[in-house]
Amino acid sequence: MNINDYSGVLVYVEQRLNEVQNVSLELLGKGRKIADELGVQVTAALIGKNIEKHARLLVEYGADKVIILDHDSLELYSTEPYTQAMVQAVQSESPEIVLFGATSIGRDLAPRVSARLLTGLTADCTSLEISEERMLLMTRPAFGGNIMATIVSPDHRPQMSTVRPGVMTKMERDAQRVGEIIHFPLQIVKNNNFVEILSFEKETEEKQDIQEATILVSGGRGVGSKENFTLLYDLADSLGGLVSASRAAVDSGWMDHDRQVGQTGKTVRPNLYFACGISGAIQHVAGMEEAELIVAINKDKGAKIFEYADLGIVGDVHKILPFLIEEIKKINLTKKIQD
Amino acid sequence: MKIVVCIKQVPDTNEVKLDPKTGTLIRDGVPSIINPDDKAGLEAALRLKDQYGAHVTVITMGPPQAKVALQEAYAMGADRVILLTDRVFAGADTLATSTTIAAALQKLEFDLVITGRQAIDGDTAQVGPQIAEHLNIPQISYVSAFENHGDHAIVKRSFEDGFQKIKVSYPCLITALSELNEARYMSVMGLLDAHRILEIETWGFSDIDADIERMGLKGSPTKVKKSFTKGAKSAGKMVEGSPKELAIAIVDKLHEKFMI
Repeated sequence: MNINDYSGVLVYVEQRLNEVQNVSLELLGKGRKIADELGVQVTAALIGKNIEKHARLLVEYGADKVIILDHDSLELYSTEPYTQAMVQAVQSESPEIVLFGATSIGRDLAPRVSARLLTGLTADCTSLEISEERMLLMTRPAFGGNIMATIVSPDHRPQMSTVRPGVMTKMERDAQRVGEIIHFPLQIVKNNNFVEILSFEKETEEKQDIQEATILVSGGRGVGSKENFTLLYDLADSLGGLVSASRAAVDSGWMDHDRQVGQTGKTVRPNLYFACGISGAIQHVAGMEEAELIVAINKDKGAKIFEYADLGIVGDVHKILPFLIEEIKKINLTKKIQD
Repeated sequence: MKIVVCIKQVPDTNEVKLDPKTGTLIRDGVPSIINPDDKAGLEAALRLKDQYGAHVTVITMGPPQAKVALQEAYAMGADRVILLTDRVFAGADTLATSTTIAAALQKLEFDLVITGRQAIDGDTAQVGPQIAEHLNIPQISYVSAFENHGDHAIVKRSFEDGFQKIKVSYPCLITALSELNEARYMSVMGLLDAHRILEIETWGFSDIDADIERMGLKGSPTKVKKSFTKGAKSAGKMVEGSPKELAIAIVDKLHEKFMI
C-alpha cells in the first residue's frame, strides 16, 4: 500500500428515518478543519433511500463534495447493505481519513467496513489532530475514562475513526458555500449477510436529548433523593434547560439512563452546566468538561468537581437552589415586562 | 445447536484508581472479572443450553492468567473452554484480535457466535463485528432480546431512539448488551470441577490457520502513540457564604457571561 495514493477526508453521513443526524454535521465541521490543514477536500457519503434532498445542507455545513448512495435496501439501517455502500465510497474516493459518528449505527458499521478493507479503526475519539508527518492523531479515553490514549495508523490507509457525538463543533451554516453533488453508481449485491428487518419501533416516549440542550442542571449523589430533584427541575425550567445526572444518581434510580452524563453516559457541551451535589469522578468529568461555563455546588470543599468548575459554590444545594430559582424568576419577570 | 461465546477478562474498571503522585494507573490488587456484556452473552448461551440442549463452547484470548475467566465460565455451565494464548498474539489491536479469534472459530463448528457489545477496559465495540466480517456471517450488534426459532433467530436490536426486530438465519454473530439478561452464579459443583477436573484447552498460533503477519502487534494497523492522564483545567473561583449570598454569586456570574 502506498499511503500517498490516499487523499482527502470522507465523512459518513448518518440519517435516521431520513433525518440527518447532528453528529454528522459536527464531523463535517471537524473534517473541514482537518482538510484545510492538510490542503485536501471533504467528501460526504450520504447513504439511504430518497435522501438526495439533504445534499445541499451538507455542502452548507462544510462538504466540498457530496456523493449520494441511494438504494431501496438502504431505507432502514442494516449492516450489510450499508457496509457495501460505504466500502464502495471509500474505494472510489481513496480518502486518507474516514470519520463516523460513535453511535449505535456508526459503531456497528465502522468495524465491519474496517475489517472488509483490512485497515485500522479507532473507537470513540474525543480529539482529532494532524501531526507534523500528516498523520491523524486520534485521542480516546480508555479504562472508563481514567486514561487517554493517542492512536495512530502509520502504514495503513484510510485512517478511520468513530467520534463521540457532542464533542466536535459544527461549522456555522453558510448558504453561499459551493460544492459538487454526485449520484454514485452503487451496486448492492444480495448475499448471506443480509438479515430481514421485521419492524422498527421508535421509542414512544419523546425523549428530550440532553446533548441538544444549551443549559443543563445536573444532579449527583449529593441531591439525596428522587424527590429532591424537583428543585433541579425548577431551576432548569426557569433557565430553559434540561435536567441531567451523574452515574451515582442514575444507579440510585433517581433518573433515567438516557439523562446520564459521563463516560458510560453521554458527552455534553452545553453553554452552562450546573453540577449539583456531584463529587466529580473522572468518569463524569469526561462527559462534561467541555461545557462553556461550569458552576459546581457542593457541601464538600475538597470535592474533585471544584477543580473543573469556573465557579465553585461551597454550600448545600437544597438551601441555595430555592434562592437561586427565586432570583432567576425575578429576572425573567422583569424581562417579560420590558418586552 | 452449537454456540461459541467469546469472552474477555478485564480489570474491574470501577476499582481502577490513579496514583495521585505519578498519575499512572494502579492495577495492583484490582480484581479481574469476566467483562459484563460478555457475561450476559454467556448467560444467553446457557439459557439456550437449558432450553434446547445447545452445546456451549467459551473461548478467550489473553495471557495465561485469563484461564480464571474460563474456570468461571465452566462453573456457570459451559461445556468446553478454550484459551487462545501465544506471544505472537500479544499487543494486538482490534483488527488483529478479531483476525486471531476468527481463525480459531474456523476450527470449531457453530451456528451462533456470541460476543459482548464492548469491553469495559477498551470500550471499542469493534471486535465482535470484525469477527463476523472475517467469518463472512451476518452480525447483529446491541442485542437486548433473543429468541431461537430452529434455523433462525429473532432478535431485538437497540438503537438510541428505538429498536429493530430482526430475523437472522444461522450461522450468525450477535453482540450482547448487559440488559440482555442477568448472569447466573457459578454452581458449587461446577466451581469444584473447574478446579479439580477441568483441563483448559490451550491453543497457540500453531493450532490455528492464520497469517503470522496479521497477528499481534505486527499485524495491528493502529498503534498507541502515547497514553496520558488528563490534567484538570485550572480551577475557577471558589465562593463561601450564606445560601442567599451564594445564589447571588451565581446570578452575578450568569450576568457576567450573558447567560441570563
